[in-house]
Formats: sequence, C-alpha cells, structure tokens
Amino acid sequence: MLEIEIDGKQLQVPDGITVMEAANTVGAYVPHFCYHKKLSIAANCRMCLVQVEKAPKPLPACATPVTNGMKVWTHSEQAVKAQKGVMEFLLINHPLDCPICDQGGECQLQDLSVGYGGVESRYQEEKRVVGNKDLGPLVSTDMTRCINCTRCVRFTTEIAGLMELGQAFRGEHAEIMPFVEKTIDSELSGNIIDLCPVGALTSKPFRFGARAWEMSRRKSVSPHDSLGSNLVVQVKNDAVKRVLPLENEALNECWLSDKDRFSYEALNSEERLARPMLKQGGRWIETDWQTAIEYVANGLKSIKAESGADTIGALASPHSTLEELYLLRKLVQGLGSGNVDFRLRQSDFSADGKMSGAPWLGMPVADIANLDRLFVVGSFFRKDHPLVAQRVRQAAKRGLKVSALNPAFDDWQLPVANRVCVPPQEMIVALAKIAKALSEQTGRELSVQVAAACAGLVVDEASLAIANSLGSGRRSAVWLGNYAVQHEHAAEIHVFAQEIARLSDASFGFLGEAANSVGGYIAGAVPFAGVPGKNVTEMLSAPLKAYVLLGLDPAFDLGNSAAAAGALKGADMVVMLSAFKSDSALEFADVMLPIAPFTETAGVFVNCEGRAQSFFPVVKSRGESRPGWKVLKVLGETSGLDGFGFEKIEDVRAEVLESDGTVNPAKLDNSVALNVESLRAVEAAVQRIADIPIYSADPIARRSPPLQQTQDGVAPSARLSAATITRLGVQAGLAVRIKSAYGEVSAVVAEDDGVADGCVRLAGAHPMTAALGSLHGEISLERM
Amino acid sequence: MTSKGIILSGLEGDRTWRLADYVQRGGYAALKKIIAENISADQVISEVKKSALRGRGGAGFPTGLKWSFMPRAFPGAKYLACNSDEGEPGTFKDRDILRYNPHSVIEGMIIAGYAMGCERGYNYIHGEIFEVYDRFEEALQEARDAGLLGKNILGSDFSFDLFAHHGYGAYICGEETALLESIEGKKGQPRFKPPFPASFGLYGKPTTINNTETFASIPYIIREGGDAFLALGKPNNGGTKLFSVSGHVNKPGNYEIPMGTPFSELLELAGGVRGGRKLKAVIPGGSSAPVLPGSVMMDCTMDYDSISKAGSMLGSGAVIVMDESTCMVKALERLSYFYFEESCGQCTPCREGTGWLYRVIHRIENGLGRSDDLDLLNSITTNIMGRTICALGDAASMPVQSFIKHFGDEFAFHIEHKKCLVPKDVQREGSKIYVA
Repeated sequence: MLEIEIDGKQLQVPDGITVMEAANTVGAYVPHFCYHKKLSIAANCRMCLVQVEKAPKPLPACATPVTNGMKVWTHSEQAVKAQKGVMEFLLINHPLDCPICDQGGECQLQDLSVGYGGVESRYQEEKRVVGNKDLGPLVSTDMTRCINCTRCVRFTTEIAGLMELGQAFRGEHAEIMPFVEKTIDSELSGNIIDLCPVGALTSKPFRFGARAWEMSRRKSVSPHDSLGSNLVVQVKNDAVKRVLPLENEALNECWLSDKDRFSYEALNSEERLARPMLKQGGRWIETDWQTAIEYVANGLKSIKAESGADTIGALASPHSTLEELYLLRKLVQGLGSGNVDFRLRQSDFSADGKMSGAPWLGMPVADIANLDRLFVVGSFFRKDHPLVAQRVRQAAKRGLKVSALNPAFDDWQLPVANRVCVPPQEMIVALAKIAKALSEQTGRELSVQVAAACAGLVVDEASLAIANSLGSGRRSAVWLGNYAVQHEHAAEIHVFAQEIARLSDASFGFLGEAANSVGGYIAGAVPFAGVPGKNVTEMLSAPLKAYVLLGLDPAFDLGNSAAAAGALKGADMVVMLSAFKSDSALEFADVMLPIAPFTETAGVFVNCEGRAQSFFPVVKSRGESRPGWKVLKVLGETSGLDGFGFEKIEDVRAEVLESDGTVNPAKLDNSVALNVESLRAVEAAVQRIADIPIYSADPIARRSPPLQQTQDGVAPSARLSAATITRLGVQAGLAVRIKSAYGEVSAVVAEDDGVADGCVRLAGAHPMTAALGSLHGEISLERM
Repeated sequence: MTSKGIILSGLEGDRTWRLADYVQRGGYAALKKIIAENISADQVISEVKKSALRGRGGAGFPTGLKWSFMPRAFPGAKYLACNSDEGEPGTFKDRDILRYNPHSVIEGMIIAGYAMGCERGYNYIHGEIFEVYDRFEEALQEARDAGLLGKNILGSDFSFDLFAHHGYGAYICGEETALLESIEGKKGQPRFKPPFPASFGLYGKPTTINNTETFASIPYIIREGGDAFLALGKPNNGGTKLFSVSGHVNKPGNYEIPMGTPFSELLELAGGVRGGRKLKAVIPGGSSAPVLPGSVMMDCTMDYDSISKAGSMLGSGAVIVMDESTCMVKALERLSYFYFEESCGQCTPCREGTGWLYRVIHRIENGLGRSDDLDLLNSITTNIMGRTICALGDAASMPVQSFIKHFGDEFAFHIEHKKCLVPKDVQREGSKIYVA
C-alpha cells in the first residue's frame, strides 16, 4: 500500500493504480473523456490533467501511476487552468448544435463544458466538418462532433475482439472510421453508442425518438440469452424508447449485446397480438378475455373427458418467466397430464430422470476471470453468448487457454489454442479420446460410465493436446454449449464431458440456451417433475389432442418444425399464448391469447449461474394483452383446479423459489447417472449442422427490424468446406436444392472451411430453412 | 560538406560508403578491438559516459546514461533502434551520414547492441530519402557478407542482426515511441510515457533508440577513448557535431565542427550571409527551437549549454539563417503550417491547437490580424505546451512564442498596417534563388 494525498485527503492505495483510480476512491471527480475503466489507457483527451507535487507540468490522472508520498490536486489553479485550456481546444471545432443533437442532455462534453468551458469562443475561424460514415443499421454517425477520444476504437479492438474502427489521417484531419466500405458487424456494437462521450455515435433505431430527460429509467432483465443482462429500459408515454445497460459487474458489467439492446424495436411491432382471438369456421375473430378463457377451459375439459388427460400437452418457450413456466406446469399437471416441456430444440432426452438437478454453468459468471483452462463443447460460442465470450476474451489476455470441439467454427475473436472440428456424429468419439488421454495422463481410471466405450480407443494428437491443456490447468472448466444440448446424442456428450471434467478436476457446466434455461427446470416444466409425461419430441411425434403453447412460434422455436406442423394440424385444440401473431399460429392455433412480453409483466429469469433475477413491468400492457402468469392463473381457476388462488406474483414465486427469492443451490446439479456402453458407428451420409442465428433465436429478436438488417440477419447460406464442395460436385455462389427426410429448401452454397468435412452448415430457426424440419440428420444436395 | 571532425572527415572520392573504403579509414577497428580485447559491456558504456556524448537527435540526453538504463538482465528480446527519421525542417545531416558513411552507423549500432545485450536492431530511415535507403541496405549486405552482422560476429559469441526500415515521411515518426509504433506496423503515434522504451519498447520489449549521428560517433569513442572524444569539444559537450546550415548563407551544407565553436566561425564556414546583407535571425537547432536575433547568436558558441543559456536549443543542429530581407510573420506562418500538417491528431491540445495557431498567423500575414491576436497566440501556445503526449506540441509552440518575443513589433506592424515592415522589393531580392 502507498500513502498518498489527494486534494488534502490522506489515503492508502494499492501499488500500481493510477491517480484517476485513486481519486475515484475518495470521490474526487477528475473530468475526463477518453478514460474508461474497462478500456486501455489512451491519455489522448488531456482533460484529466491534474497538479502533482514536484511535477513541472500537469499530468494526466488517467495514465499517471501513483507513487508513495505523492501529493495531487485535482482542482488547484494549475489543474483547472489546464483543464479549461483543454476544454477550449475540444470546443473550437465542435459544432454548437446541442439543440438538434441526439446526445443533448446526456452528453459528457456538454456537461463538462458547463464547468470548464468559456462563455464565448475565442475561435473565430471556420470549423471543421467531417463526413459521416455508414456503420450499419444500429449506429448512427455525426462525425463532425467527434472529439477523437478513440473509446469506440479501443472498444471494438479490445472488448469486441475485432478491429473494426480506427483513426485515419493525421492532425486536424484525423477521422474515426471503419475499413473502407465496411460496417460495424460486431454483436456488441451498440456499446460504442454508450461509450461515445459526445453525439458522434448515436443509436440509429432510437434516433430523435425522445430527449434523455423526457424518459424514465426503469430496471429490467434481458429475456434473451442465458446471462440475464441487467437493463435500464427507458420509457416515455408508456412506450419503450430504448434499452441501456444497467451496470452489474457480476453479469454484463457495463455492456450489452446488440440483441439485448435493440430487440425492443419488436415490442411495438405490428404483429403484436392486441386482443384474444378465436378461430371460428376457419376465420379469426376477436373476442373478450372471459369468452376466450372459458373456451379454452371448456375445450381442455372436454378433451380430457373424451380422450384422457394424457392427450393434453404444453410447450413453453425457455424465454418465458419462471412464474409462467411454473403455472403452465401446474395447469397441465392439475388437469392430470405430465406432458410439459420447455426444452424446445432438444432432441435427445435419454438423460431425463437420470440428472441430479437443473443443468447450469457450474460456476459464477464472474469467476470466468480466474479460469486458466476452458473447454467449450458444441457451441457457436461468440454468437450464442456474446458477453460470456467477451469475458473469456479478456481472460484469454491474462493467460486463459481455450480449447473447443464443434462441428463448425466461426471466428470467436479470441485465441483458441486447440480446435477440434469434426462432424456431429464424431463429437462423441472425440470426447471419448480426450477422456482416455486424460485418464492415461493422470493415471486415474475411467469411470464405469465410459470405461467400456473407451476400451480400444487410440488417442490422437488433437485429443492429446486438449487433454494436456486441461490437465495442466489449476482452475479449469468444461462447458457444454447450445449445440451440444441440441445434439441428437446429447446425453452421451453430457456423460463424456462430465468424465473429462472429473479427470481434469474442472468445473463442469452448461452455457444454457435462453433466459430461463435453468428456470424451466427449477419451475419443473419438464415431463419428469412429479407427474411423468411426454417430452417435446414425444408430444410432437405421437400427436396429442390438445396443445397449449406458451410464447413460442412452432415454425422456428422447435427442434423439428415439420413434426410440429403435422402434430398441430391434427390436434383438436391448439391454444397459443403469445405476444405476437405468427403465420404458424394463424394457421395451426384455435385460440390466441395475447400475453405481455417482458417489458409489460413482472417475472423472474434464472440465469446460467442459477441467479434468480426478478423484474417489474416497465410499461402498461399493450392493447388487451395480460401478463402470462395472470392468464394461466385465471385459466387454472376457470378450469376448476385447486391451488390457483394467487393474489400477487410473489405468491407464485414463493412456490418455486426460496423465501429470500433465490434458487436453492441444491437444485443446481449437472451430474448425470448414465452409462455409455459402446460408441456408435459413424454414418457416412452428409449431415446437417444447424446453428441458431443470433437474431433468430427468439420471437422478440426475430421481429426487431434493425437487428434483422445486420450482417447477422442475412439469409442463411449452405456452408461447406472446400473439400466437401468438391466431393458433392456443387459450386460456391450457386443455389442448390437441399432435401431432408421432411422436406426441401434451396440455398446458396458458400465455402466455409470452418465447417467439418462431409457436413453442411445451414442455420435453423429461419423461414428459409424451416421446411427441412429437423435441425440434424442426413440431407442431400442437388444442383439446380 | 566540410569537416574538421570524425564522421565526415576523410570522405574523399565517390566510394566512401563502401565497406572497403570505410575499413581503410579505420572503420570496424573499434568493433574488432572490443572483440579482440574482450572489452566488457560495462567498460563500453563507461567509455561512452566518459565521452560526454549527448544525443544528437535534438534532446541532447547523455548517451552513456541512456544505455545504462537498459535492463541487461532482462530475459528475452531486447531491441536497438536508430532514429534516421530526420524530418525536422532545416535538418539534413543524418541523410549525409547514411549517404557517405553508413558503416559508421552500422558499427556504432553493433557496438551499442553489444553494450546493451540487444540481438536485433532497426534503422528507421525517413520515407522521403530513397537512394539513401537503398544505399544503406547495400551497406548492410556488405556488413553481413563480411561477417560483421549476424551470428557470431567476427568469430565471437556475440550475435547481432540489423535491418533497415523505410518510413513513409511522417514527421511524427521521428518521435521515438511513434517510431516504434511505426516499425510495429501501426499508425505512427507517440505512446504515453511512462512506461519508457527502456522498459517497454519495441513489441513491448526493452529498447534503446539513438540518433544516427550518435551511433556514428561511437566507433571513434571506442577506438580513441572517451577522453579523446570529450577533448574534441568542451566539458559536458563532448565531441564534434554536424550542423546543417541553411537559409541566407552563401554555402549552405553540413559542417562538422567541435562543440563549443563560436557561431561566427560556423557562419564563416558557410560563406557568410548572402549578398552581404545583415544577419537578422537564426534558428539554431531546427525549426522547433526558439528563434534568436542575429546579434544574440553572434555571441554564442555552438554547444548545448551556450545556446540554452541564450534561450534556445541546440536541437538537431539545424541552423536556419535569416537575413534582413526576411518577413518574420511569413516565416512563422510557414513553420506553423508545418506543425499543423504534421500533428498526429492523437491528443487534443496539439490536434486542435496547431490548426488554430496556423490560422491566426495566416490571418495576420494576410492583413486580417486583430489587435488582440498576439495575446491570443501566446495564450494558445501556453495551453498547448506541457499538456501533450509528446513534444510536438511544444515544438509547435516555441517558434510562435519566440518569434513574437523577439520580433513582436513586426507582427504588430502587420496587424496595424495590414502590410509587412520589410518592403516587398527587399523581400523579393532576398528570396532569389541562390546560384553559387
């Protein structure tokens, strides 16, 4: 510890910190623009100049390390004179257009100019004009306002991992710009809007939507990925105007993914379902809630009476709230059925009933910083988990060695030391070899779960490299991604990954697909919680009489949309609880009940680390839509079921969570008791690999126009390695017809050497590919 | 190019840059002496310290002291860089050293590499001198072929590789950390210091950067001893120094003279003021150095201490001579335009301030000056100086301050009368192209 003095206050600070950080600890505000706690030090704005004893000139607080006995004055005459001098320079070429600037009212330059700026400008020459840049559909530019602090440049390079912006030209002609003719395509790009201390980079979707002071700021939680980013939703006239990050160092830090930030544009979509609707004689008519609820309750009752309760099933989106998931389960079980599931894209359920608890990350998100080895299995990591990947990226700079196994790779924008890219079927063999290598290396025996299957396996170089990496770590983790969970043999992947984690003393966990992927288990919205029933695949392959669908679009949110279409078409009653109309709902449903999206309801999301985060509605429900939990409660009561007399949402929550609102940690357990006796023979046929594009994963993101206009929203292509292109006799750039067991689609072939040989990567959850049905399995390609 | 010195002396004929010619002049004797006599790195550094050699790039930092900052025990790569990015207006000495005596720089760098334990060096050559770059590459090849560079130099266990790096002509890349950025393939922008290059330099490794002329002085110091070098000059200002004399003199060029030589002698070497006109002003150390009135200059000797005492800097040794036909406003306008164009744009005071300075001076020169403009100029320079990442801000400010300080009446005349104090025909006469 060092003894220093700031503005006359004595304090002890740790060695190695800067004057800026020390000043922050005593609440001495040092004006600044380029400094940001999460970015590297640039020291270019010079606004934070402070007086330091014995220094002949003022020093930048952001870049000056503290030394023992240092005396600093942040507001002395010398310091303020320097700060005012810098402010004058910043303002001479900055336009005086605050009244028409979107940043007005929340502008660091505007705020600080009140304290440090002159009344009148001494600069009477012509001001600089800088051409605007097209950064894509999310970030709008007014580059004349730029003060060249380079926060955006440092963000894209350091946090997002890809140098997409730079400062071109010199001196007064310096300009921040992307590469020529390129846009900003990072999935974290929106953060540069927050970082920009002036109005140079503003939100394109929000542009001129409201003034900062006109909006109220309300806390919320992101309903998209499994991190549960904390949000500030800004609201004016009962409409969501924009979404900003709420800083939470344990989760999203001060960042948001673009999906979290810009999906709100869907909330006012024309596809919002405004009133309950019934299909009568093939035509949709609007009705009132009482009629609709009674219709559903009676329908379910008569189907139960005619065909038995087990012909009723319910499917819920993993983006639903904990309370919705719980009440849906309670409704179905109250009717006497066990058919409830929320694991919509999962295809292998052989671990059901053999797991000890809800699969979760196995560690707190904040501990990622302390990892030194990581093995990610079956994940489109960067796009599926943008901010978790960001944490891994930062940890990699401090020495974290990442290994990965996937059938197809994108650039993760972080160093991946060992990469094994094999067809989906061979992933299990690859894992078995790693387990075997670890066993040989550590001298620890393979568990009975895998020993038989590993017998006779020959360890290869690639698996040895991963085993060596994991084995040499002190704090390792093995994570299963969304693809691993959706895999046709997910249970076997689970068993082997668990074995690898055991042999390398690594923490073991699941990244989790959605906001409530853990919550769904906690709520018991699975067919093995209490009342046994059918899982999603069983419900759709052996059609039921009645389906209750909560918050999902059967065409895009299920692992097999073709099976879903068949099952729903043949059902006597399909009830859709959703915030949106959709083509498939209009086609298959009999009743559509408008439920509130996350901004209009209270609820809880349990994130990947098992953290239950509750939130309140931030705006009034639109039209006649109602919070899902209330609709399900009334449906339960109208159906004459016991235990639905809840008065407030907290009562529902109390039945699921602990009294302090947390998840009982004992319920979180990744262990599976399943033996793999032998390794499956590998099929030679061409396999489909379906990633779920980042902005196609859930109904809200799919309806956000700006997100769909990004590079991540472009129509999927059939991606093949060069070798596979040659082998199949197709040609990059030309369209092919792709056939599966369920249907056919056409797509343009693109060469992608990140895809395992013999496979076609073709995104799921997209209108263009929905006709193929399954996300997995054999497909064939034909030239058109 | 005239010399009583050590770097430019003996350069006769048109093959002076060849290895054979250099060896004949006693070249590589210093290196051979070190290897043969097994002189330790410490002894080399103490010899350089003894010589009182000060950095010839402009700052005049004692070279031996700089070398001793290198953490010799540091494991892994350490680098050496030669700053031949000579961009300061008025300076053209390093170009001639590389053109006529490149092996002196190569030998100096090998010795420096030996003294500091560097295994790799780079010579960063200014972007606008092409044939000099090619010639240096040729000289490097000669040295490699002769076993003077590469593995196990002259059969010893010391290895040193040296490479030339051609810049793109940005003045700022002469700032040592911008130079390092540029070698790394990045945009040439100075780094914030600390950390200094001696601990975090090229590719993040300990690095020492010296000027071309500094390296070229090293072989003599080792060969003849530090004391001999010191004795050439005066205490604290050892050796000889190259001065690039330009402007209104009859024989502009590079002159190598002992430190402490009176300015009047240097002026005489350069053939005196053109056309017999009166000496008006001298910028003694490159365009960044404050201007001094001719009368003050005539009392100075050419060394760091004397020039500093007179209120300017010896800098890189670029002596810009101005006679009475010079309009000081116009001269300053041109200088300010240079700094405006060469500011890298990284930090605020320099990026915004250099343009402001230029525009105000441009306005005064063009008869649009205002009564408070001189106060404004002084105030802008105060706001730039000492508040920037590198010294370019100071370099842009010092000319403005000194021009106004010594020639304020000319500026005031411009502002008041919308024209120049020096009659137009005198100016025209003075700016005629000189034909020897």
